[in-house]
Amino acid sequence: MSTEAVPLPPVAATPGLDQPAARVLMWRHHLRWWEALPWLAAVAFYFIFPDYLGFATALLVTILFALSLDLALGYAGIITLGHAAFFGAGAYTVGLLAFHGIWTEPITSLALAALAAAVIGFASGVVLLRTQGLTLLMLTLCTMALLQEAANMAHDYTGGFDGLPSLDIAPLFGFFEFNPLYADTQYLYTLAILLVCFIFIRTLVYSPFGQSLTGIRENPLRMHAVGAPVRRRLIICYTISGAIAGVAGGLWAQTNAYVNLSALDLDRAATVLIILILGGYGRLYGAFVGAAAYLALEHFLARIYPTAWQLGLGLLLVIVALYARNGLLGLGEVLWQRYFVRRAAT
Amino acid sequence: MIAGIDVASILLGGIAAGTVLFIVSVGLSVTMGLMGFINLAHGAFAMFGGYIIVLAMNRAHFGFTVALALGFAATAALSVVLEQFLYRRLYRAGELDQVLLTIGLIFIFMAALTIVVGPQSQPLQLPPELGGQINLGFTQYRTYSVFLIVVGFFVVAGIWLAFERTRIGAQIRATVDNRRMAESLGINVDRLFTITFAFGSGMAGLGGGLGAEFLGLDPQYALKYLVYFLIAVSVGGLGSVVGVYYASLLLGALDFVLKLYLPKGGTIFIYVLTILLLLWRPQGLFGRKAT
Repeated sequence: MSTEAVPLPPVAATPGLDQPAARVLMWRHHLRWWEALPWLAAVAFYFIFPDYLGFATALLVTILFALSLDLALGYAGIITLGHAAFFGAGAYTVGLLAFHGIWTEPITSLALAALAAAVIGFASGVVLLRTQGLTLLMLTLCTMALLQEAANMAHDYTGGFDGLPSLDIAPLFGFFEFNPLYADTQYLYTLAILLVCFIFIRTLVYSPFGQSLTGIRENPLRMHAVGAPVRRRLIICYTISGAIAGVAGGLWAQTNAYVNLSALDLDRAATVLIILILGGYGRLYGAFVGAAAYLALEHFLARIYPTAWQLGLGLLLVIVALYARNGLLGLGEVLWQRYFVRRAAT
Repeated sequence: MIAGIDVASILLGGIAAGTVLFIVSVGLSVTMGLMGFINLAHGAFAMFGGYIIVLAMNRAHFGFTVALALGFAATAALSVVLEQFLYRRLYRAGELDQVLLTIGLIFIFMAALTIVVGPQSQPLQLPPELGGQINLGFTQYRTYSVFLIVVGFFVVAGIWLAFERTRIGAQIRATVDNRRMAESLGINVDRLFTITFAFGSGMAGLGGGLGAEFLGLDPQYALKYLVYFLIAVSVGGLGSVVGVYYASLLLGALDFVLKLYLPKGGTIFIYVLTILLLLWRPQGLFGRKAT
């Protein structure tokens, strides 16, 4: 389906490392020159557009959230409509700790957010990942709705529908003031967290563990047959993905200084799914492209013409589903190959 | 409050709500069971049909029955067009592409209705003979709710008969059970799907209009009730008409009771029950095969 799906080399060919498939497997985890581009762009953005750092921080959080979904959906093929459950778990962990004055240090709060989301990811993964297809879709959706209702019901602690406003976050490293007025601190902090998480995810998907996830996505029966512990791997992947989504949710709560029920919305889960597929799933950088394209369009269009934005988004989704299944990145790759590779060949 | 509302009234209200849920969801169940196509836009069809019905009555001053027939026909026709041009291409595609396509369609429907009709809610004017109250012998109740329950009963009986006693019903059952085998026996599954898809979408449109009185009708409808339609279908079992009927009545009654006694967060029980039930029986209460 995606270009990441490289067929395993036949056993007889293992000594021949010059086989094209073997070469792809050996080289695919090496860094490419263009992989530095997003990070250079992020640093450049800091200096060129200091007035838009709030928007850029939201973009970085969305990228991280989409990356976490890419791990579960793009690599392991777990089709979920409820990924906001983990985002919300992280956001409410940070929010509750800060609002009730229990713990406000930003970095350790994020670690706790990741832990809380991982616990929920593990618990739900153990139960849900036995199913697939529509049943799995419904179960993930219901789990998220359940958490949202629970957050709504625990009004005394979570503020219910109104959420938890004006969270106090302690200064970063005890030195840099941390609130939405200091957009530059928040931006660099979010960028650093994103970089750390990205390096982790990138290492993970190119590790043997990540390869086996891709195998499970492409053909679970064959992975069972070769003796891979399919369910255990899926649960581990779902837990890690949940933890990273929890970090994204925690960052969202910290940088906005509030939490409300929208963190657990179907809207949020659907949006991150759209962003990931728009950019291209199962390829890491799809999250970057999708989030940047979506948020930029939304930022400029949705405020002025909300209905036209909705219509345009709908048409775009239909077109992507029908003609560009690998998203914008996949489309770019096809064009690149058609134009440059064919030219080089002739 | 508890003394004022007796058990019979609660049951009637819940069953009326459940009936609407059934009329909307039954098509989704059958088409999903037939093709395994995850059609999240089904709620958008219901919304479209509801708008046609309400607008035909409010603006063109058609009668209730004529408007209902019009809503059914318009939704069925539109769904066939969409099926031929869009859905058909993704039958063999993954669930993800189907989800994406149908979420896109939901957005398009919502935006189109906002542009053409407007963002405000559209009220349904009941014909006078369905207004008021009716004396059932043991209790007084709203005529419209009783009307809905009776209509729902005839609909489920009709669809059940069509399923069990007609040739096309037998073909649908065979295809839901084993699509490859059905195709090998010469059943034209594509044509069968077009017919059932049109009928199911038409029913959804009908349900959208019939339920507009207490579910409301605004451009958010397609997303607002989507989870309920999906729960009814997955709990009832894909491709099972009777299963969806029971699941809808159960869901409607439960929702009605919870809204009455636990207005804050009572719906949490619906989600818990759904999760437990789907873990116990992933194919639903009356599902024919494991999905």
